[in-house]
Amino acid sequence: MADFTLRVNGATRKVSSVAPDTPLLYVLRNDLELNGPKFGCGLAQCGACTVLIDGKSVRSCSVPVSAAAKGAITTLEGLGTIEKLHPLQRAFIEEQACQCGYCSNGMIMAAKALLAGNPRPSEVEIKQALNGHLCRCASHNRIVRAVQRAAKEMA
Amino acid sequence: MKPSLSRRNFLKTGSALVISFSLAPDAFGQAKPAPLPGSLNNNRMLDSWLRVDADGTVTIFTGKIELGQGIGTALAQIAADELDVDLKRIKIVHGDTALTPNEGQTAGSQSVESSGTALRFACAEARDILVNAAAAKLGVAATALAVSDGTCTAGGKSVAYWDLVGDVNLKREAQAMVKPKLASEHKWVGKSVLRRDIPKKMTGGAAYVQDVRLPGMVFGRVVRPPSPGARLVAFDEAAVKRMPGVIAVVRDGDFLGLAAEREEQAIKARELLKKSARWKESESLPPSGDALYEHLMTKAKSVDSVVNEKTSVTVAAPAKTLNATYTRPFQVHGSIGPSCAVAQWREGRLTVWTHSQGVFPLRGDLAKVFATDPANVHCIHAEGAGCYGHNGADDVALDAALVARATGGRPVKLQWMRDDEFQWEPYGSAMVMKLSGGLDAQGNVVNWTHEVWSHPHNNRPGAAGGVNLLASWHLEKPSRAPFPVDPPQPTGGGDRNSIPLYDFPNQKVVKHFLPEMPLRTSALRTLGGYSNVFALESFIDELALAAGADPVEFRLRHLKDPRARAAIEAAAQRSGWRPNAKGDGARGRGFAFAKYKNLACYVAVVADVEVDRASGKVRVTRAVAAVDAGQIVNPDGVVNQIEGGIIQSASWTLMEAVRYDRTRVSTRSWADYPIIHFGDVPQVEVVLLDHPGDRFHGVGEGSQGPAAAAIANAIANATGKRLRALPFAPERVRQALA
Repeated sequence: MADFTLRVNGATRKVSSVAPDTPLLYVLRNDLELNGPKFGCGLAQCGACTVLIDGKSVRSCSVPVSAAAKGAITTLEGLGTIEKLHPLQRAFIEEQACQCGYCSNGMIMAAKALLAGNPRPSEVEIKQALNGHLCRCASHNRIVRAVQRAAKEMA
Repeated sequence: MKPSLSRRNFLKTGSALVISFSLAPDAFGQAKPAPLPGSLNNNRMLDSWLRVDADGTVTIFTGKIELGQGIGTALAQIAADELDVDLKRIKIVHGDTALTPNEGQTAGSQSVESSGTALRFACAEARDILVNAAAAKLGVAATALAVSDGTCTAGGKSVAYWDLVGDVNLKREAQAMVKPKLASEHKWVGKSVLRRDIPKKMTGGAAYVQDVRLPGMVFGRVVRPPSPGARLVAFDEAAVKRMPGVIAVVRDGDFLGLAAEREEQAIKARELLKKSARWKESESLPPSGDALYEHLMTKAKSVDSVVNEKTSVTVAAPAKTLNATYTRPFQVHGSIGPSCAVAQWREGRLTVWTHSQGVFPLRGDLAKVFATDPANVHCIHAEGAGCYGHNGADDVALDAALVARATGGRPVKLQWMRDDEFQWEPYGSAMVMKLSGGLDAQGNVVNWTHEVWSHPHNNRPGAAGGVNLLASWHLEKPSRAPFPVDPPQPTGGGDRNSIPLYDFPNQKVVKHFLPEMPLRTSALRTLGGYSNVFALESFIDELALAAGADPVEFRLRHLKDPRARAAIEAAAQRSGWRPNAKGDGARGRGFAFAKYKNLACYVAVVADVEVDRASGKVRVTRAVAAVDAGQIVNPDGVVNQIEGGIIQSASWTLMEAVRYDRTRVSTRSWADYPIIHFGDVPQVEVVLLDHPGDRFHGVGEGSQGPAAAAIANAIANATGKRLRALPFAPERVRQALA
């Protein structure tokens, strides 16, 4: 068991008495009570748990908290709020880009990482960037349109 | 507490009248009451559907739950229109055994039809009561009042609904005599209102049962048997109890569960518990691959019935007869979020937060397992990931309740791991459809037979004669599973959509219901509809080809229903259908049509495919759908359901099958069960054929069957090869083309 100081969404957050190999996901969800990252498979296969560490999209179910403590962590909550939406969040709402919304966290976070490096991605590039993210309700086309819409707004 | 027109407040103040609510109106042996529209019929009190509060809000209560299908938004639109209030004033409570009407399951694309219809009449009647109260208060005639956003005005005087809370009593039986609004008077119904559940989901709000957090809450996990036929021999309880954070290990017969202070501790303890458990396994599963279908047709115990028969003596014997057999494997729901529940015991009473599709049936089954009165069980709906039918939602609620008995009153959040979900959710049944059709000399269908073999499609909680919860069968004193019942026609279960909508002079449909389930099956979106439409609409194309006819013309030739024809014609037109067009060996186009359940929405689908002949990989590049859903409440909601249904069906049709051997299910992760990815998703265009003023037709399950057959027909059009065994995975396609 150990204590960790994490940088999450721009704030310093302390967590205590956690095993160093604890996947970051459980620390974010249970210690810090963040709802954005979701448990989907625990195997880095679906993408529902995606967060950014130093701007890079990672699967928080498969990153130990000890490693995550070295970087700056951004979750869905760090992008914006209902009152002050991030363009991606606004675009997902405007495009009604979900049914159940359980995968949306991963889609938005992966899109955030994509747009940081490629502000005007083509449709094919968006699909490539999201290809490792599973959506079972099949909102794929709406998700692609939402990312295109956000890219336009952010450009 | 704010004053309100509420039966809930009322329950606190007067016990005598509680009886008048809690007993059905015919409880004293009176004549059966007149039928009321939709779910009003079984939930007849107005105040069980809505409440007006002094703070200027209206709360509507529905037994139907949000699954990401947007039902909360659609119902709010209906209520706002009937009441003449702004949509923003509407609050909604879904599925709570202490608060909402009992509307059974949220299933079968029926929520707008049953709950929406009930709310429509309840709110129309409530508006009438409120307007009359306003008229009395203002001393004017009710007909003189203009109502805008809940404020009633006449001659410069006005009063709002929220000012009438003390004057109006909605605790009365609905009469459904007040006519709901005409479509032309709707302000919200028919508009693509943005869904109310989405903003919190996009910003990390608490939206799901997984986000429920209670004081003192601990985390639970289960260890299931390694195979359906396994019995627990021994496990190392002491070693698991020594693991960090573990506070309870529960063994009851073959049920194993645990709770720990932290979630990752529960997961680690589960691994050790799993490793330490020894089981006696047996070969309880059917053969797999093609042998499964032979087994279903010849070995599985069958209850046979003629579903539909029509004969004509005036029609000549067929000049040509075709036979074809189609198959579908076991398939999963595959929710992205594994099933989850939170349970807490306090003084012999159980509270469960659940994403069950039916909180009342779940409450009944939980009460049976714990041998308690249903009044001691409170089920509260909280959303889960999309479920597409009966997945592990109900089962995990019992798991959490079993583990929570050992935590000294502390609530337990228990989520299944990915392999729990893949191995133990109830599957969509494997099925066989055997069709035969005869053509006369002019190429018209004169004979048609459709035989279908299927396991049950409806093993949800709430059935008589037992308990439909997984862990209950593993307990030391096990519950019995109810004997499965297939939903009868007109909706049907395994035989759903097996009766042709086409006008064939001679037809016979036979169902072989296979009640024994070596692999547990239950409701997966459309029940048997997906498979039967796949078979029926593939076979229509086979007959059209044999008759030398264009598939669209051939369908229209046999179809009188004008709305069916309109949907077919609209899809053909939007897609740019070219009669008798041939594929080029790699690219092709296919058509299919169905009226879901033969009584809900009409959907026609055109699919374009590309077949890579070398690898056998099929891609759907474009799909066009025409949809007649009766009166449309939320057009974008309908489009979203149809798009999602077509793409999900493409995934089922091209990729999906559960793997198993004679002992174990080997599908454990997404690596074993690939589903469609972004790169393979087709563009989808949807044409809506609106019928304002018509009844609501559910759409959630309308497109899957037609999409599957359109893909099969497109592959045949492209390659000249007819594929009849799902899924059309690369290896199978390559073999067919070799």
